[in-house]
Amino acid sequence: MKNIFYIFKRELGSYFTSPVAYVILTVFLVLSGWFFYNILAGFIQYTLQMDQQAAYYGVQSGVNVNMMMIRQQFHNMAIIAVFMIPMITMRLIAEEKKTGTLELLMTSPITPIQWILGKYFAGFILYTAMITLAFVPIFLLFLFGNPEFWPVISGYIGLLFLGGAFLSCGLLISSFTENQIIAAAVSFFIFLLLWVIDWISSSLSYTWSSVIKYLAIVSHFDDFSKGIIDSKSVIFFLSFIIFGIFLTYRSIDSVRWRM
Amino acid sequence: MISVENLTKYYGVKKAVNNISFNVKKGEILGFLGPNAAGKTTTMRVITCYLSASSGTVRVAGYNVFENPLEVKRLIGYMPENPPLYTDMTVLSYLEFVGSIKGLSGRKLDESTKRVMNLTAIEHVKHRVTGKLSRGYRQRVGLAQALIHDPEILILDEPTAGLDPKQIIETRELIKSLAGQHTIVISTHILPEVSMTCQRVLIINEGEIAAEDSIENLTKRIRGSEIILVEIEGPKNEIGEKLKRIDGVSEVKFQCTKDNSLQVFHIETKPDFNVRKELVKIVVSSEWGLNEMRTVSMSLEDIFLKLTTKEEEV
Ligand SMILES: Nc1ncnc2c1ncn2[C@@H]1O[C@H](COP(=O)(O)OP(=O)(O)O)[C@@H](O)[C@H]1O
Ligand SMILES: [Mg+2]
Repeated sequence: MKNIFYIFKRELGSYFTSPVAYVILTVFLVLSGWFFYNILAGFIQYTLQMDQQAAYYGVQSGVNVNMMMIRQQFHNMAIIAVFMIPMITMRLIAEEKKTGTLELLMTSPITPIQWILGKYFAGFILYTAMITLAFVPIFLLFLFGNPEFWPVISGYIGLLFLGGAFLSCGLLISSFTENQIIAAAVSFFIFLLLWVIDWISSSLSYTWSSVIKYLAIVSHFDDFSKGIIDSKSVIFFLSFIIFGIFLTYRSIDSVRWRM
Repeated sequence: MISVENLTKYYGVKKAVNNISFNVKKGEILGFLGPNAAGKTTTMRVITCYLSASSGTVRVAGYNVFENPLEVKRLIGYMPENPPLYTDMTVLSYLEFVGSIKGLSGRKLDESTKRVMNLTAIEHVKHRVTGKLSRGYRQRVGLAQALIHDPEILILDEPTAGLDPKQIIETRELIKSLAGQHTIVISTHILPEVSMTCQRVLIINEGEIAAEDSIENLTKRIRGSEIILVEIEGPKNEIGEKLKRIDGVSEVKFQCTKDNSLQVFHIETKPDFNVRKELVKIVVSSEWGLNEMRTVSMSLEDIFLKLTTKEEEV
């Protein structure tokens, strides 16, 4: 337990001693802020139209802030996360391989699972910080409107699960190479694949298409952004994360045999 | 303290270490001498649990490295060929990190950090980032991290590689001062290095142990002596007897019989003797036929030739 913490602390520290963390946080905030601004502008225009129509026909206007703005903003954040997470995970193991510090970790009295978890948590905390900061504009909506609270929370949890799954996948990919750029590029490619995979499911036979649908991260994430926390989706994300970490462990262990 | 039995390691199809066995006693300094690509690093990586072996067993203080890696890792301080530094950390925070994953904490950690910084003379750079240090200082930080948990066993892979002469001397002094309290294994491809620091030498070449002795005995065995191969036509036993009596011959080894009557021998000479003239005389007077005579160098000498006998200028 302590060992996990030591690794976690060093890893998180090195995100912030290099520009990585600041770049990631800034880019994410700027992009998600920009998307949010656009949604907001669109929303205001739409509301004004609706109000005019309502006045004209003499009915109450009912615009759903949750459906129109918040859900869309969640999707935007998820997409930006697909771009940012490879930058968080690329160095986690690849860099240790390259600089030879892997040799230090592997010859110290800590188990591989301990340091793998330490690294995973460090990446997860940076990701959580990124998501949480980007939530500030969403919370501003509560000051000026009356969105439902629950879908915002469940969307936040959904983003954490989604990121958790991508982080575990990125960690695994980082263990295959000592080149950070390759790790990032491959991760990005795989994340996109996982994101769009349900598009191809329609052209497949029933069994395959249900397998693919199950793997499609976006469909599980959708539930969360609608305010539904489905235990099936929770189990999906948790098992995805655990499986990724387990494979990372196996990949590290096999390094000892192969090389 | 360390016992290696029939260790073999393949990298894919390439055999890096071939069936080697040796022991290191408690408190001993063992030199691991061999040219580049001999398999020194590979052997050390197996002992330190970084690599697994293809076959064979390795025990450290009675623990099998494949079954009880954590116990073994606690006992060993390892300095890889390239110091495993996190280049974005300061020396102090790096040593504290290594100390904590080696199981130190609180006051013990502070004291250990101070102790190793004093020992390796890096106290004055402790707030510098390790990535900005010179090669010599990085090497010292690498040594400091190996020493931090005061391990019983120290494994140092080419600890003086890339240092300037003054730093080399300092590092050797440091290693010598650690003798006695620690069991030490050092690898090097520089011949004089082992004679200066080690009590016993293991010469490893192409993944095999070529010799194992004290350094004095090894140099004595090689200097000036040579091995001559002769092919003589005649009766095997008589030839063997007469060759042995030649002045300056230290050993005669029968190799094989070729074409029924051609006897092949290896003759090892004492240092600085030329036995060829005497040999020819005997062959002629005994009315044998001399088919061939040539020098075959000792394999050990070959290896020594490949070893750097001088330290590179930096
Ligand atoms: N990771 C690796 N993959 C493949 N071959 C390797 C690897 N490491 C070392 N070798 C090969 O194994 C042999 C022994 O290497 P090594 O143990 O590093 O020798 P030394 O430390 O004595 O110079 C060399 O021929 C080297 O090329
Ligand atoms: Mg080596």
